[in-house]
Amino acid sequence: MLLVTVVVNRLAMALITLAGVAVVVFVLLRVVPGDPISMMISPGASPSDILALKAHYGLDAPLLTQFWIWIKGVATGDFGTSITLHLYVTEVLASRLPATLELAVLALVVAIGFGGGIAIAGTLMRRTVGETAIDGLNSIMLAVPDFIWALALVLVFAVALPILPLTGRIDPDLAQGFHSRFYLIESILTGRFAVAGNIVQHMAMPTLALALPLAAVIVRLLKQSLKEAMLQDYVLLARIKGFGELRLVLQEALRNAIGPTLSLTGVQFTFLLGGTVIVERIFSYPGIGNLAIDAVINRDFPLIQGLVLLFGLIFILINIGVDLTVATLNPRLRHG
Amino acid sequence: MNAPLALKVAPAPPTTESAPQPPTIVERLLRDRKVLVAGGFIVFLIILALAAPWIAPKDPLAQNLLTATVPPVGFADAEPGYLLGTDGLGRDVLSRVIYGTRVSLTVAFVAAGLACLIGSLLGLFAGFFGGITNAVISWLVDVWMAFPPVLLSILLVAILGTGLHSVIAAIVVIDWTRFCRVVRTEAMAQAQMDYVVAARTIGFSRPAILFREIFPNVVPVLIALLTLEMGIAVVVEAILSFVGLSVSSDTPTWGGMIAEGRQIVHEAWWVLAAPLVALFATVVAFNQLGDGLARSLDPVLRR
Repeated sequence: MLLVTVVVNRLAMALITLAGVAVVVFVLLRVVPGDPISMMISPGASPSDILALKAHYGLDAPLLTQFWIWIKGVATGDFGTSITLHLYVTEVLASRLPATLELAVLALVVAIGFGGGIAIAGTLMRRTVGETAIDGLNSIMLAVPDFIWALALVLVFAVALPILPLTGRIDPDLAQGFHSRFYLIESILTGRFAVAGNIVQHMAMPTLALALPLAAVIVRLLKQSLKEAMLQDYVLLARIKGFGELRLVLQEALRNAIGPTLSLTGVQFTFLLGGTVIVERIFSYPGIGNLAIDAVINRDFPLIQGLVLLFGLIFILINIGVDLTVATLNPRLRHG
Repeated sequence: MNAPLALKVAPAPPTTESAPQPPTIVERLLRDRKVLVAGGFIVFLIILALAAPWIAPKDPLAQNLLTATVPPVGFADAEPGYLLGTDGLGRDVLSRVIYGTRVSLTVAFVAAGLACLIGSLLGLFAGFFGGITNAVISWLVDVWMAFPPVLLSILLVAILGTGLHSVIAAIVVIDWTRFCRVVRTEAMAQAQMDYVVAARTIGFSRPAILFREIFPNVVPVLIALLTLEMGIAVVVEAILSFVGLSVSSDTPTWGGMIAEGRQIVHEAWWVLAAPLVALFATVVAFNQLGDGLARSLDPVLRR
């Protein structure tokens, strides 16, 4: 019962926040000089042509009217038409979102695997040179953002040892015969492993660039929680029973130490998604992040508005998901 | 009655005197090797930025297509005088990296400083006054956090127009929330403390309590946060330069060089590598310094 109330409350708050996001982006785009029409007309267009174009895209109406028309559309699932791509915004987003989702989720999985593995290794090696080395390296890794990782990976895996493709999502000649936009998932499900391998090669660098900063955060927090858990009585009891060190960490300590890491990973996942904007740009990866930069540079108002709302919605859904997961896992919070 | 008491008390002073004094903040900082190295590096960068015209071996803007994409010294076809090689237009990479510190550090200090000022003021108000003020400011922070920061910064600069001022404004507009959240929590905690209640009872005015009592107690957290924010600001500026939205291409910036280097990475990897290493070192230095300051200034942050 309590959980339901929490969800309803959170969703209501989320709607208010999204409304705020909508107003902020709408006003920001319109209070300043520079509109999409001036970006698209050829030099020498007559004033009447400009006016006609403005009327065509509804940019001649008063601000409040424009906002009302847009919000009414959004409420019915119509986000307008992209000015530069001449397609429905919803269509553009639907065709680009799967690429970003696959990238972000793969990066999340890699970060958890990588960070979790190192945290466990560090716990097994505690009070040794190995732990000092992990801590020292990790304190530097914590400072390095995805932007720097992405370019460092370019230098290593595209220049020094050219073994990975630098740009794109898939070799163009392989991008045939897909029924969905989830290329990686679909190629694995339909057993086209050669194609899946090609996609993974393309995704390797952007995935690592997004995963490594998150992995560093996971290492720090999980290792600390694990070390604290290893000092608890139940671990001592299991040790007396003769359990091996690895089993102690994996079976006893990990289960009790994972809570804080899970909730932090959820929050950090939104940062990871935000990072797709620049990382997709660096690798010319065809997701919504790369699209967003083009949309902003071209002043494509409807597309920018749609993208910002989509990002906002995803961020909020992740936050609610994290809160629910944490509440479900922790009985004290569930009843509190 | 007095004699035994005096006897009991007598030995006490020597022990307290001989007990080692807890080290002062400065002593603790000077003992922290990470803080020394990181702080030393930042000072080195400041000197580079200030003395760039005297230190840089070449004019960072001088083009010479006859010496384009010369590799760094030590590689085949290197030319003496171009320590880190040249870029696609024959400009000296080392000189451009040195001049690039100017934009990076300006953004680091000005943008982070302003974000800190605005964010902590709003945070202080929200935490201290509570009620409607708190609700409105907290909601604003929530709305802000629903934007991907990189997208918001690109959006802002596209709107404000390119240039150093826009970059700084964009960073301030985005990152004030970091300070606001921390200071608000801190101010809320401090407002419950006995000394604030006492000050209120004596009849101190609200601004007096806010700025003379609560603010000084938030400063240690703020200094650490400010240093960390400087590292973030340097990266954001580089990202905006990379996308082509920062200062004009005539001014050497690390992000601009990285963007050029990314285009010709297969012909001249050093054009990307040199500014990337500079950016990496600067970000790590600000981060280590911030962590060190947090450890030394605030025991609560020693988590």
